[in-house]
Amino acid sequence: MAISTDTTDCRIKLENITKQYPGCLANDNISLSLLPGEIHALLGENGAGKSTLVKTIYGVVSPDQGKIIWDGEQVHVKSPSDARDLGIGMVFQHFSLFETLTVSENIELCLSKKQLIAIENLPEKIRNLSKAYGLDVDPDRYIHSLSIGERQRVEILRCLVQSVKLLILDEPTSVLTPQEVANLFVVLNKLSAEGCSILFISHKLHEVTEICQKATILRGGKVISTCSPREESPSSIAKMMVGDLAEQDAGYSKKEGSKVIFQAKELNLPTKQPFGTELKKINFDLKAGEILGIAGVAGNGQDELMAAISGEDGRLVNNMLFLNQQDIGKLDAGERRQLGMANVPEERLGRGAVPEMSLTENTLLTQSKGFISNGLVNWKKVQQHAQKIIDQYKVKCHGEFSDAKSLSGGNLQKFIMGREIGQNPIVLICAHPTWGVDVGAALSIHQSLLKLRDEGAAILLVSEDIDELFLLADRIGAVCDGHLSPLIKTDETDIEQIGLWMAGSFIPESLEATQ
Amino acid sequence: MDAELLSQILFSAIKTGTPLLLIALGEVICEKSGVLNLGQEGMMLMGAVVGFLAAYSSGSVGLGVLGAIIIGMFMSLIFAFLVLHLGANQVATGLALTIFGTGLSAFVGSDVVGQTIQGFQPIIIPVLSDIPFIGRILFTHDLLVYVSFALAALVSYVATKTRIGLIIKAVGENPHAANAIGIKVLKVRYLAIMFGGGMAGLSGAYMSLVYTPMWIENMTSGRGWIALALVVFASWRVGRIMLGAYLFGLASIMHLVLQGMGWSISPNLLAMLPYVATVVVMVIISADHFKEKLLAPRSLGKPFDPRQMA
Repeated sequence: MAISTDTTDCRIKLENITKQYPGCLANDNISLSLLPGEIHALLGENGAGKSTLVKTIYGVVSPDQGKIIWDGEQVHVKSPSDARDLGIGMVFQHFSLFETLTVSENIELCLSKKQLIAIENLPEKIRNLSKAYGLDVDPDRYIHSLSIGERQRVEILRCLVQSVKLLILDEPTSVLTPQEVANLFVVLNKLSAEGCSILFISHKLHEVTEICQKATILRGGKVISTCSPREESPSSIAKMMVGDLAEQDAGYSKKEGSKVIFQAKELNLPTKQPFGTELKKINFDLKAGEILGIAGVAGNGQDELMAAISGEDGRLVNNMLFLNQQDIGKLDAGERRQLGMANVPEERLGRGAVPEMSLTENTLLTQSKGFISNGLVNWKKVQQHAQKIIDQYKVKCHGEFSDAKSLSGGNLQKFIMGREIGQNPIVLICAHPTWGVDVGAALSIHQSLLKLRDEGAAILLVSEDIDELFLLADRIGAVCDGHLSPLIKTDETDIEQIGLWMAGSFIPESLEATQ
Repeated sequence: MDAELLSQILFSAIKTGTPLLLIALGEVICEKSGVLNLGQEGMMLMGAVVGFLAAYSSGSVGLGVLGAIIIGMFMSLIFAFLVLHLGANQVATGLALTIFGTGLSAFVGSDVVGQTIQGFQPIIIPVLSDIPFIGRILFTHDLLVYVSFALAALVSYVATKTRIGLIIKAVGENPHAANAIGIKVLKVRYLAIMFGGGMAGLSGAYMSLVYTPMWIENMTSGRGWIALALVVFASWRVGRIMLGAYLFGLASIMHLVLQGMGWSISPNLLAMLPYVATVVVMVIISADHFKEKLLAPRSLGKPFDPRQMA
């Protein structure tokens, strides 16, 4: 085995990793190296191949070609347990935790028998580590009782217990409040100072420039560039990620809105799911011609609120929801749509569209006006309408007869947004409008939303992306644990304050005590 | 009612509840790993007929038990291959397995219907069986009842105290996460299903070698189904499964007891008591939907395909 001097310095070095999936070359000859203690960002748009690459390192995916050199020696990582034996730890984007087990049981599952024997008292060790790194978490608590931020700490502790030498974090900050992000960075810097290498996947460029020493940018499965983020600006990195200079969203004008068109009054709703969130006294007014943004970390009641407003959750009673002074609490989703409401749910496949049905059929699902004569469907008209949406929103697909499930997430999102906006609703409720959508398409969705607003529609925007909310929303608030914060004009607040609200600072202590 | 009669009733309740306990112990492990196997009745019948045939032809009840366990595992292996490897629907496959087992057992056993053999004999444990009242109820049974006590303790210990139990629970809770941390989900589920199959076979052998030492077509009379309800009733906890099995055992012998006491209720009406009890229990449990969801393995009945993890 040839060992050159530069590979021996590296903690890990990837050489020419290639992975082919049916119909897509996910990784094309990727080479990458990390020094001990280096914080290295892996950047790229959705589908650029970041996830495939880190899964290769962690042994979840086996590469078609290429080698992995770990501490100067070539290794074959066949499974995650191989990776852990080497000292590689990974924090997944969708946490790999078991909700009905305790923190300490979750961590135990990840350890090999040998490691378990070496650790005499696991709960004690967890307590010590959490103290040493400021990752406050009680080993005896059940996961389902933990907040998202706490769950992430459990994932990180799980890696630390195994004295990790390379920590991979897949979009760690997308689920955190700004304050939690700051805490996470303190931990990461501490680990880095102790010699642990960190591979950090993110979409958020300002975070990358803040914490990472090096960055590798992927596009279409290839390495486009490697740079030092501290010497670059977020916009120059964005340019490398997207390829051409995408039009930057340059702050849009804010509107006041006219009369109140939609109201929620004392909306209380107990949870249906064991791990759901109860809605507690939600009150808000939505005016015609404004965009109201609701921020919040996932799982704080957004899904429940969306389901209650759209009519999917049919347990509402009278005097809770009003559309144009009409009590719509007891109307079902279809009846609410007929009154001019439209809805883009978070879950695209399954809620927003039926996976097995074509785009044409999916068009008909939420809109039948004009397509039906004498009780029969005029398929030609539906088809033309679907085609129009596809053209207008540049949906990449084989045509209007493609199954919804054959589209990539971002393209399906564009289609659903187009379908709902095309109905000229008077109230549009919309979750994560540009989730997984590339920069160019996001811009066109933003403009469509603003146009709809300017035409007098009321838009309720629920998103985890604070930057997007600040860009689009005229007024903004946050949900935390089923409570809705006060609403404030976007111009009169800042990310700091909304971040505090997302963490629940607006909830009176008397209420918190009763929980 | 005097103590003598009461101890006799409780003794019989344990004896009647034992096949339910055995099969439910297998099913609870299977369900904890996230697999719902509705083929219990079919596997149990196959266990009963093969156990009887093996014992009848060899003259050894031990070989009968062994044969029953092996055929139960083999039947469950068919199920496991279909649902784990080929991704077939668990409910449909389980139902098919029951129909298949019912028919095949009737066919295989057609020559020996009504034949009898010398089944397991009671083993009266010295000293312990002399304890007043309790000794008679607990320590004058046959070998398989003592085995069922031991298995209940073992399953309970493994499920709640060991790493294996933790892994099974993790797989049933979130197979994708389990796969991501390197647990071999399909292997765990294969083993859990086969344990369930072996227990169903053993339970069948209890029917044809101990309870009524003979083979009659469809002799398990729905016990496989009652066991499925029992697992839910017990909210996947072994202690409660044991209690539930004996309660159902008690319900099954109520008609004999009441007849013995001279009550004139139609025996047919009373014989349906365990089935009515099953329906009532399911209704009560399902009424509290919230709680059921919290206790059930969260991925129960959902297929898992590691190849889709791209």
